[in-house]
Amino acid sequence: MTSTMLDPFHDIAPDPDVAREIDPGLPREDKVFHLIARAIGIAVLAIMGAIGLFLGASSIPTFSRYGLGFFTENQWQPENDTLGISAVLVGTFTVALVALAIAFPLALTTAVYISEYAQPRAKSMLISLIDLMAAVPSIIWGLWGFFLLQPKALHFSHWLHTHLGWVPFFHVDTDPEAASWAQSRYTASAFIAGIAVSMMVLPMAAAVMIHVFGQAPIGEREAALGLGSTKWGMVRTVVLPFGRGGIIGGSMLSLGRALGETIAVVLIISPAFDIKFRPLEVGTNTVSALIAGRFGEATSAQLSALLCAGFVLFIITLIINTFAAMIVSRSRSGAQE
Amino acid sequence: MTAHTMDPPESGGSDSTITLPPIAVPSPLDHLAPPHANSEPIHAFDPRHPEGTDQHVGGGTLEARAVSAWFGTNKVLERVSLEMPANTVTALIGPSGCGKSTFLRILNRMHELVASASLAGEVLLDDQDIYAPGTRITQTRKRIGMVFQKPNPFPVMTIADNVTAGLKLNGIKVHRSDRDDIIEHSLTRAGLWKEVKDRLKEPGSALSGGQQQRLCIARSLAIEPEVLLMDEPCSALDPTSTRRVEETILEIKDQVTVVIVTHNMQQAARVSQKCAFFLAEMGTPGGIVEAGETHQIFNNPVDPRTFDYVNGRFG
Repeated sequence: MTSTMLDPFHDIAPDPDVAREIDPGLPREDKVFHLIARAIGIAVLAIMGAIGLFLGASSIPTFSRYGLGFFTENQWQPENDTLGISAVLVGTFTVALVALAIAFPLALTTAVYISEYAQPRAKSMLISLIDLMAAVPSIIWGLWGFFLLQPKALHFSHWLHTHLGWVPFFHVDTDPEAASWAQSRYTASAFIAGIAVSMMVLPMAAAVMIHVFGQAPIGEREAALGLGSTKWGMVRTVVLPFGRGGIIGGSMLSLGRALGETIAVVLIISPAFDIKFRPLEVGTNTVSALIAGRFGEATSAQLSALLCAGFVLFIITLIINTFAAMIVSRSRSGAQE
Repeated sequence: MTAHTMDPPESGGSDSTITLPPIAVPSPLDHLAPPHANSEPIHAFDPRHPEGTDQHVGGGTLEARAVSAWFGTNKVLERVSLEMPANTVTALIGPSGCGKSTFLRILNRMHELVASASLAGEVLLDDQDIYAPGTRITQTRKRIGMVFQKPNPFPVMTIADNVTAGLKLNGIKVHRSDRDDIIEHSLTRAGLWKEVKDRLKEPGSALSGGQQQRLCIARSLAIEPEVLLMDEPCSALDPTSTRRVEETILEIKDQVTVVIVTHNMQQAARVSQKCAFFLAEMGTPGGIVEAGETHQIFNNPVDPRTFDYVNGRFG
């Protein structure tokens, strides 16, 4: 402790261990900008909250009438006052998982190729093609799925059933060995809808992954190459671990989109309300297809039920996207190291 | 004249230690003196060479013949020829921007990673051109290792995994039991073992800058290169880490040929036996003005530009 005699600045900074408070001294333009940015951010959150509240409020009649039975009932028969979304939820996840199972490996390999192996001129063209793929309207994919894909894909479903039918997942309720096997049992299935949806979500996932791979630090890349690594060794050791956040984030974005995809699914599937995990078989339903299909003729009670189903989907997608955002922000690529 | 008594360095055997009196001032005869001791003796042995350290593969001879380099149409190096003898430390000195790093990167085929880069001339490792068609580039880069200016350990991998990363990337199989010995041996050679031996499972990014650079040196040494190229390895480090890295360089030069680019002339004087002075005058491509024994370059340069540079007149 210095005496005031020795330290002429004792009054100015009396305690050597205490920092002084600093007024940031922002100019007025910065303060205004902060205010506007904060207001816009809050407005976005408020809109999201309002949507959630609207859906929640519309669901109240349904909950009060059916209670938790709404989640266990699989039939949707308004004339019998039997409404439930259990089958519909199962179908939603089946279609989404089929879509992700196809889109994820394709997006990953496409992104690795475009980001690491493509020639510079081909690279920009390929990225444009991916963006074009993302711009194709959903209904076009639905028509493509129904008219072009389905007649061919049902043969593949039949092949899967013939060879892997002993696995319950690939089972279809018909005889695959029959000379004229029932084609209609393989159409309008979750599998075919899943293929169409996968084409829709693939470009989004690939674009996120390409962006993230491009940010892998050049220092680490050179370290791997300088040790005598092959290109693939460098990608495996540096690019993919760095891009893990983007890979997961892009996939979960795709999952969120796949859960809510409507028109393509509506055009392809034939609605059925059974809880089954057999995507190759005819008949399934998703929440969005249910709403789109039943909306026109719904009474107010049924409308409430449909909105309740929409509310459930909203919450599920919110949770998935929140997880994805947490994973991405904690990863290196999200943290912009 | 009284003889200057010094303990002779003990060689061979995995359990002997090297002890030397400290030499404070770099003198022109330093390159003749035995290497400075690291604070820890090298007692761990590499299980791939159980006979002892003096049985290690020695360094390779590197020779550049008439090497020119371009980035697009911009010529950056003009007919550079240099011999880098085995088991010596060759320093490339000169002001910024005269092509030293470009030349270094040509020596292990990293120059061609840049899309617009091209070169002419030959680079011979043990009398074989590394740019000959049909040469395996991964093999070249394994034999000629590189330590970069900014330390670049793999940040997510543990320290132990960082050291063995080179082995994994080259597909070199090691027995599980040998792996720990190799890690200890490499980290000891790099002068890092004592500081990290209790925390080998921590990620590589948890170390300080100097420690990270020594980890990169250990990583490069683990794959037993014949030549080690170092691109200003100490420019981002504090003086203590710099000193340790220089000690490492002097210790490994009996097993590995070292080529080091440095801005620091005192470092070049301390560490190298041979020096090459690079210069690029305004608008012209860079080239070697003078090359020779270190003490001759610093005390008796032939070219006046070399004299000006080593005496601090410019750069």
